[in-house]
Amino acid sequence: MANSNREIGDYGLIGDCRTAALISRDGSVDWLCLPHFSAPSVFAGILDASAGHFSIRPTGPFRVRRRYLENTPVLETLFETAGGTVRVLDALAILDGLKPMKPMRELLRIVEGCAGEVDLTIEIAPRPDYARRPARLREFKGIGWAFHWGNESLFIRSNIALDKAASSLHGHIRCAAGAKYRISVSYTRGDPAIFPSLGAEADLRHEKTISWWRDWARQFTYCGLHKEMVLRSALTLKQLTYSLSGALVAAPTTSLPEAIGHDLNWDYRYCWLRDAGLTVQALIGVGFADDARAYLDWLLHATRLTWPELRVVYDIYGRQSLKEEELGQLQGFRNSRPVRIGNGAYRQLQLDVYGDVILAAEAIVSAGGKLDASEMRMLKGLGKTVCREWRKPDSGMWEIRGARRQYTFSKIMCWVALDRLLKLHAAGHLSLGPLEAQFRHERDRIVEIVEQRGFNPALGSYTSELDGGHVVANLLLMSSLGYIAPTDPHFSDTFALVMQRLCRNGLLCRYEPGYDGGKNRESSFGICTFWAVEAMAARGEMAAAETMFDRACSCANDLGLFGEEIDAETCAAIGNFPQAFTHVGLINAALAIERAKSGTAPC
Amino acid sequence: MLVGSSNANFGDLVLWGLIATVAMTSVLQASQGWGFSRMSLPFLVGTFFTADRGKAMIVGMVLYVTGGWLFGFLYFFFFASVGIYTWWFGALAGLVHGIFLLVCALPLLPFVHPRMASEYHGATIRRQLEPPGFLAMNYGYGTPLSTLLGQAVYGGALGLFLQLHQAAPR
Repeated sequence: MANSNREIGDYGLIGDCRTAALISRDGSVDWLCLPHFSAPSVFAGILDASAGHFSIRPTGPFRVRRRYLENTPVLETLFETAGGTVRVLDALAILDGLKPMKPMRELLRIVEGCAGEVDLTIEIAPRPDYARRPARLREFKGIGWAFHWGNESLFIRSNIALDKAASSLHGHIRCAAGAKYRISVSYTRGDPAIFPSLGAEADLRHEKTISWWRDWARQFTYCGLHKEMVLRSALTLKQLTYSLSGALVAAPTTSLPEAIGHDLNWDYRYCWLRDAGLTVQALIGVGFADDARAYLDWLLHATRLTWPELRVVYDIYGRQSLKEEELGQLQGFRNSRPVRIGNGAYRQLQLDVYGDVILAAEAIVSAGGKLDASEMRMLKGLGKTVCREWRKPDSGMWEIRGARRQYTFSKIMCWVALDRLLKLHAAGHLSLGPLEAQFRHERDRIVEIVEQRGFNPALGSYTSELDGGHVVANLLLMSSLGYIAPTDPHFSDTFALVMQRLCRNGLLCRYEPGYDGGKNRESSFGICTFWAVEAMAARGEMAAAETMFDRACSCANDLGLFGEEIDAETCAAIGNFPQAFTHVGLINAALAIERAKSGTAPC
Repeated sequence: MLVGSSNANFGDLVLWGLIATVAMTSVLQASQGWGFSRMSLPFLVGTFFTADRGKAMIVGMVLYVTGGWLFGFLYFFFFASVGIYTWWFGALAGLVHGIFLLVCALPLLPFVHPRMASEYHGATIRRQLEPPGFLAMNYGYGTPLSTLLGQAVYGGALGLFLQLHQAAPR
């Protein structure tokens, strides 16, 4: 059952590239949506104690140590009690191919006695559809148990005796050294169920899952600073990829609050295009070119429904109807209400997404990839939209609700879009034809506007908005995006002002307090700190870059995971967890440091 | 006489089948262009044979148009067996065909298509083609409607040709 003292960073992530589960330090699966990331939850104990959980934990007092098995997201939790030690291995099974009979999804938990004896309590309490739908519990004698709702079923098989208690299953065991127990929770929708085998076959599925991840991780090419953190970030990004379409969700959770007890709670189980360019760069930078290409395929083809325009956010299949809804029955994480599903940001205009998608395509081409005719046509269409739209105010990268503004960074990303299309044209990867002159003219016009109105001479800095007086952290990307040299005096002064105004305890906020119209204190934003590291590395300030990188890495949880934000005072993870954007930032910052140190990408 | 009492000859049937296929393909492609759906049946057919997107479209379009053309003969035989030669009956047959496509044929694709991912395959990215999902709505919520419309146009066109042919003075 969800414990009100738990921190967001107390959770670990397991995933199968379709969905993901969050497991607490004390062995409770408190978040799992089935059959995919943005489907309704089956376990949502993280958002409300009565919204479903699956816990395995010692009956008496215990200490916990945990880690991921090497090069995998398979979680190992060691429970140490006065009487002995047990370990629990948690994984969402991945088996390639259709030949073995297997369920649609399977959560496999293996309990092994390591030393002495430990009394364990097991509790399985699914509460489907965010605890809105009751499940019928039925026993299949000699096989296991099943929870049914609608055309969906959750089947429980175990060599532990489980008893029905109200709408849950309970079990108690005394786990001695050498003993092994397995619990398989399998999910099926609309098809005849498959009961996964237990015993040695369950162990084989577990081993195959480990092998699958280790095979994937073999492509990893980075061997520089904080190698383990960078690999963990890559594994986390892979877990947030939806393999049926190639999409990458921002986070596997909804409504983990940006401020505990407040209402800044959003659903991040969708795909934000603002993450595209940097994500592709990160994946390619550490050796996962095929994954980057699959993501670009999704970016270009799943967004066809709105082409030649792009929306801020899409679902895993590229659909845009993400109607926002509040779930009144859930208390929220530590009473942070409301819990929302869907995301109203899909209605916003965010001009920077054009630059992000085109940047992603350019990164693929730079790494040796090719664009086919339909992709070239799509990219040119996006360029035409940029020429038409860039003068408009928008909601900006941070999706600040309320009136649209003339964000400087949005203009810069429109510049990036046109600049990269012109570069692809010049290198022969794309033929712009008569569009070249138009794109060149509009690109140069954007520079004029940014220099005239996006730079405030009184501050000596670029500003968050045209004719503005504030700074935002994404201005630090101006040099890595190629808009301005990192040592240019205008950029140097902007960098200094951003650090002065937004840096707290070695971590960076995305903007100044109150800039978004909210009353909450702004926490440091995970990826912004890594942008500062990148900027420092590009400017040759290596000692400062490494210090800040170390500081940010010290705020990861014990498993190397980051949320969206970091509390600058306590280092606690805040917001949806884990957050792809933050892990993308970590990878790119590490690559930037190594590149600056060696002059080339590491390894 | 090839089709019941319609007196249509083989050349007429070939021509009408082709025109109906072109009309249906136009509806489906237009629904893609207007952003109702991302489904492209020629692309799904073509990727059976090649992973190259451009080649897949060409191969798929040739096979799809040929298939649609040949399928026209089944419709003609069906009209003859029932003895009804009207546009509305053709549209009705097209709708039933469309429902079959959405409910039975497309959901089967992930299990037979060599490049399509499915709920039951692993997570390796060599299978990159998105599965259609229920009523092919993974390709957009407008997909069922545009598919049914395309099939109704196909059947309706075939029925209309026979209807007009019957009404024409001989």
